[in-house]
Amino acid sequence: MVMISALALEICVVCVGIFLLMADSFYVHADKRSLAYGGIFGLLVVFAMTFFVGPVPADYTGFYTNDDLGLFFKRFALLGTILTLVLSIEYAPVVERWIPGSKPGAGLGEFFILPVFTCAGLMWMASSADFVMIFCSLELVTISFYIQVAYMRKNAASLEAGTKYLILGALSTGFLVYGITWIYGMTGQTSLRGISMVLGFVPHASQTALLFGVGLVLVALGFKVAAAPFQFWVPDVYQGAPTPVTAFLSVGSKAAGFVVLMRVLGPFLAVPEIEAKLVAALQILAGLTLIYGNLAAMPQTNLKRLLGYSSIAHAGYLLVGVASVGSPTAGRAVVFYLLGYFLMTFLAFLVLIPVAKATGGDDIAHFNGLGRRAPGLALAMLISMLSLAGLPFTVGFLGKFFIFEAAMREQHYLLVAIGVVTVACGFYYYLKVVRAMYWQPAPADAPPIVVSPLTRFAAGLLAALILIIGIFPRPFLQLLP
Amino acid sequence: MSAVNPLLILILVPLVGAAFILIGSNARTTALIAAALNLFFALSLWAVYNQGGNGYQFVSSTPVIPSMGIAFTLGADGLSVLMLLLAALVTAAAVAVARTPDRNANWFYASLLFISAGGIGAFASIDLFFFYMFHELALIPTFLLIGIWGSGDRQAAAWKATIYLALGSFVLLLGLIGLYLIQPDGMRTFDLRAIIGLADAGLLPDGNWVYLLLLVGFGILVSLFPFHTWAPQAYASAPAPAAMLHAGVLKKFGLYGLIRIAGTVFPNEVTNGVILVPIPFYHDVALSLSNLLLVLLVGNILYVGYVTISQRKLDWMLGYSSVMHMGYIFLGFAALNVLSVTGASLMLFAHGLSIAALFALSGELRERTGTLDFAELGGFAKPMPAFGLLFGFAAFAAIGLPGFVGFAGELLVFFGAFVGGDSLMGAVNGKEIFQLNNFQIATICAVWGVVISAIYMLRAYRRIFFGPLNDRWAGLPEISGPARVAIVTLIVVMLVTGFLPRLLIKLIESASIWS
Repeated sequence: MVMISALALEICVVCVGIFLLMADSFYVHADKRSLAYGGIFGLLVVFAMTFFVGPVPADYTGFYTNDDLGLFFKRFALLGTILTLVLSIEYAPVVERWIPGSKPGAGLGEFFILPVFTCAGLMWMASSADFVMIFCSLELVTISFYIQVAYMRKNAASLEAGTKYLILGALSTGFLVYGITWIYGMTGQTSLRGISMVLGFVPHASQTALLFGVGLVLVALGFKVAAAPFQFWVPDVYQGAPTPVTAFLSVGSKAAGFVVLMRVLGPFLAVPEIEAKLVAALQILAGLTLIYGNLAAMPQTNLKRLLGYSSIAHAGYLLVGVASVGSPTAGRAVVFYLLGYFLMTFLAFLVLIPVAKATGGDDIAHFNGLGRRAPGLALAMLISMLSLAGLPFTVGFLGKFFIFEAAMREQHYLLVAIGVVTVACGFYYYLKVVRAMYWQPAPADAPPIVVSPLTRFAAGLLAALILIIGIFPRPFLQLLP
Repeated sequence: MSAVNPLLILILVPLVGAAFILIGSNARTTALIAAALNLFFALSLWAVYNQGGNGYQFVSSTPVIPSMGIAFTLGADGLSVLMLLLAALVTAAAVAVARTPDRNANWFYASLLFISAGGIGAFASIDLFFFYMFHELALIPTFLLIGIWGSGDRQAAAWKATIYLALGSFVLLLGLIGLYLIQPDGMRTFDLRAIIGLADAGLLPDGNWVYLLLLVGFGILVSLFPFHTWAPQAYASAPAPAAMLHAGVLKKFGLYGLIRIAGTVFPNEVTNGVILVPIPFYHDVALSLSNLLLVLLVGNILYVGYVTISQRKLDWMLGYSSVMHMGYIFLGFAALNVLSVTGASLMLFAHGLSIAALFALSGELRERTGTLDFAELGGFAKPMPAFGLLFGFAAFAAIGLPGFVGFAGELLVFFGAFVGGDSLMGAVNGKEIFQLNNFQIATICAVWGVVISAIYMLRAYRRIFFGPLNDRWAGLPEISGPARVAIVTLIVVMLVTGFLPRLLIKLIESASIWS
């Protein structure tokens, strides 16, 4: 069988992006949507390629790894980008409204192309094994997100979101670089493997400095994954950004953040003295994130904002998993949770966009009576919300089950207790959407909801996957690293 | 094995029925067919079930998460068959008495069938993971049923019940994970048979905290005092079929689970009746835990009992009475000897039927009058004599009058509990107060509970059916149609099994909860 070099995947994605940019410049009059279809096709081809990946050349292994985890998240990023493009096609009319140009469709092209570059960044991130590499790929992701968040330039909310994201993103970048510097200063290494080899010999006196560096990196990654107390940018950015970008941000960016977190913490957790302190810090982060995300989500009335808070809450559950790294089942639990989170979040956004487009807003009240106006969409949203809440027979429940199992194995009883109480909170705010859809009557003048076949297909696929994996996870568990 | 497991059919019939209804077939007809079919299958299961055998029958297993010992394992022993009969019977009755609502009729019937499938799935599961998951299947249908088609302050009731139950079930989940983790590494499993095997072999270390988690988790689901406040409100607001299914079938899940799991894996060291399985936890903690349970269940019987007396509306009164009766079953579980557990199992069945009949009747009454306030009712025996007769039967069955199966259950529970406990349990400074141990004191309180339930049931009966008849109720229609058939059936079953409790006790004796 022909094997493809692992590096070729990212290169191919970048080539797809450049090709689309060129196409956008040369075929000015073409329907911009064809760019998105082209992107989807290109990424699907790359996705197929991931199944024929050969080993990494020996001289790259210092900064680039292609283990199962990395490969899994590359597929994750590719599928996430494809779904984002599906969402973008659905959302294009809204973007067009907010970027009035001289010609129809002007300025729309990059909206479909930028996610492809973000995808390349995410894929690099999944494979990075060196702080410099991590930093570069992270910046590729973040900078392309700055543009996407602020894309609707005549929309004040989008601009506000972009500014907030830019400032806080830059701040977290600062933390990251500063932390890397301290770690480099103490170990003389930037590659994770080098660090893990040197770490055992770091004198006891320098451990505080080392911990300081790790702490700063933790802060920076805390921003990326939206962990409390570094979460305050999330609600505004999520609400203001174009909805497909919100979805991408909440899934892609978060997943990449967790992969990097697990990779970066790996060497440090191997040292018992550092491990105890790091796990304590992670536990505090997880507990705060759980409490903040869930409590703050409860009074929300805007669905996008609610999903923003819910993404903080889910970061909390994921952090519980990361804090339980001592347990042999924790890594798989985190990955499985991310997989479930991916499915249910994208499904929620896939329903949100057509409904918001038809009703003119993304408040929960705009979903009133959806159960009778669009039973299919309402059923999909029901599945998504129940899975987010963690109801059995959905993938969301299994994710929580694995996380709690790992945490109890590590005897993080306080975290588990917080987790259980916050799950109950979650039932409240996710069921608020269910209530709107099924209890409340629809307004009399409700316009019909139009859904494109592509969106319908994607939503059906995701809903089916949520249930299938939730009921019979065995084949999927075997796919996990 | 190529043959399809009959238990799987029992689970699938309501699910397929619900799917058909959601696709668009006639809601009521489909639901009735599914419920009747399932009743038939459940009765056939009873006929096929070998009562001489010990242990689970109809076992089939499909691994789902092999690395954690989770498999979709179905199987039924005598206790499961009893509960499956109850579930099928109450489902059929609930669908029969249901009134097709004006809006979203298909969701209404589909939700009922989902609740039924959840209960049946839980009772037919050996694997604790699926046992748990199936129970949760009912959560959202209940939320929708109360929230959309309920009465009174239905939104508050739906929220409260749903969040309470979600919290309780996640506490229960932690308990199950705990039960998984205290097993020796490498042998961990969710298969109940294997767990009991480990407990028999003495391989389970002390699991007091697991037991406590299970007790609280199941306790919330069963409305154990003081976690009971969701239940009366939810049942008062729920449409009658939903209340029937939830109070009659689903709530039994918690006690069934306690008897099945906690009863076999953590039997009570302090019982001096026939101990079921050796004990994996410390004597003094076991003692304090069983004392705690006794206090709580007496709270269920006496405190909730008096609260029930003070109710002014029939639906609330029935809701509280269903909470109160859980106390007896808890007593049977707490004593954990052959008599008391047999009695508790009988009561699971008896209470399920009697409360279903009562909720069905109160739903019918609400349909006719629009109110269930005792102050506005009265004299109904004149326009609706048959209704009054049926209500009387159902009320007497709930009190536990001899002749009804509830009496057999209560009697066994009381006898069993009175001999429960070791002789010095609850002694202060080596001396027992009143010459009685705590189990005996609790039993005496429970017997007083029978008087309490007689008081409120008879008072309700008098207020509704006797006294002067308000003119506006003069033309009330008599109970008729499928509702009448359903309620008569429930009462006949209670009477037959009340005179011949041996029918059911033989089933329970063949259950695999005995060592």
